Amino acid sequence: MPLVYCGACSHAPGITGRAERADTQTRQALETAFRRMGDEMRATRPDALVVIAAEHFANFFMNNMPAFAIGMADSYEGPIEDEAFLRIGRTTVPGNRALSRRLIENVMQTVDVAYAEEWKFDHGISVPLHFLTPDYDLPIVPANINCQGPPLAPLARAWAFGEALRRAADSVPERIALIGTGGLSHWPATPDSGKINQEWDREFLRRWSANDREALLSYTDAEIYREAGQGGFEIRTFIAAAAAAGGAKGRIDFCEPVPIFAVSCTLGSFEFPPAQQNTSSS
Amino acid sequence: MSLYQVQKLIYQLNRDPRARQRYANERDAVLGEYDLTQEEIGALRKPDIGLLYVLGVNGQLLMHFAALHRIEWTDYLERMRQGLREHGPVREGVYAATGYEGVEAHDARLKAERETR
Repeated sequence: MPLVYCGACSHAPGITGRAERADTQTRQALETAFRRMGDEMRATRPDALVVIAAEHFANFFMNNMPAFAIGMADSYEGPIEDEAFLRIGRTTVPGNRALSRRLIENVMQTVDVAYAEEWKFDHGISVPLHFLTPDYDLPIVPANINCQGPPLAPLARAWAFGEALRRAADSVPERIALIGTGGLSHWPATPDSGKINQEWDREFLRRWSANDREALLSYTDAEIYREAGQGGFEIRTFIAAAAAAGGAKGRIDFCEPVPIFAVSCTLGSFEFPPAQQNTSSS
Repeated sequence: MSLYQVQKLIYQLNRDPRARQRYANERDAVLGEYDLTQEEIGALRKPDIGLLYVLGVNGQLLMHFAALHRIEWTDYLERMRQGLREHGPVREGVYAATGYEGVEAHDARLKAERETR
């Protein structure tokens, strides 16, 4: 069944953990946009949601760091963060081991992805799910791109991973939705936390909305580090989502800088042809 | 190699409740299991968040180590700034201080921009 939904969003821990310290109007608008994104995604009647995240040493460390990984379990625990820090209660989120396995086998045709039968969610997945699927009733297939511990996979490989996920999603009978989660320019968890390069973010989102592969892949890591901070490496998740959209154009539903959340909070989705959106399994 | 060991210890503490329990009850034994310098052991014990930052510990690990010690967010950021003042630039890893006006001044600037829209 062709992919039914494709989007991308921020996952900053401050969105929940430091919610009350943001401008009230901006925060409410962000939460409304998040819930709307969840409604739109669920309206496509997905059987599972693939979340391409940039995890933060919850599962993978520099002793054995996969460039790309996909979870393969019937359930996942999360978030691992201190509940007082993230303000999201720890819970068990459903997965689908058999579906994961079929997706992984297909992705492996072109990308040497690692698989993980254990996976603890961190804010990279838990913050988006808190808003998008607050009842945790949709099976999740977690996917990860290493954006934390260099050396990192080149952007072109993140694109290839997104393409492979799309092909895999299209190959299974289930209805699959997909989101990428990450920050654009940011310097998270450092003394510069809160710094945001709005101009750089705007230009990135222009390329992302146009789904301009060449322009998206033209950034170098040196340039990203200089202009968008070490947090900017997470654009890999947005790039993978763009690849998974298969040429569809993107729409930015929300983008506002929130320094106390350390990012421009961003939500976007790809405009799939209506005929594809309405494809029924019956 | 030593930064790797500091980060590995913090990684284990962040993800494993049993490791946290052991660290609370048998700190010396746990620290002895990693190949650490005296400076690193001192920084972990105190904890000296500023020095750990300067040593190059990744913020995605360090912010949770700070939360484990009940260090509030603003205090966490300030301790890293203090570390830069006391110990100089970050010695290893992915960080370089770039200069930033701070969240409050940034918020005030954004608010002014919103009001003129």
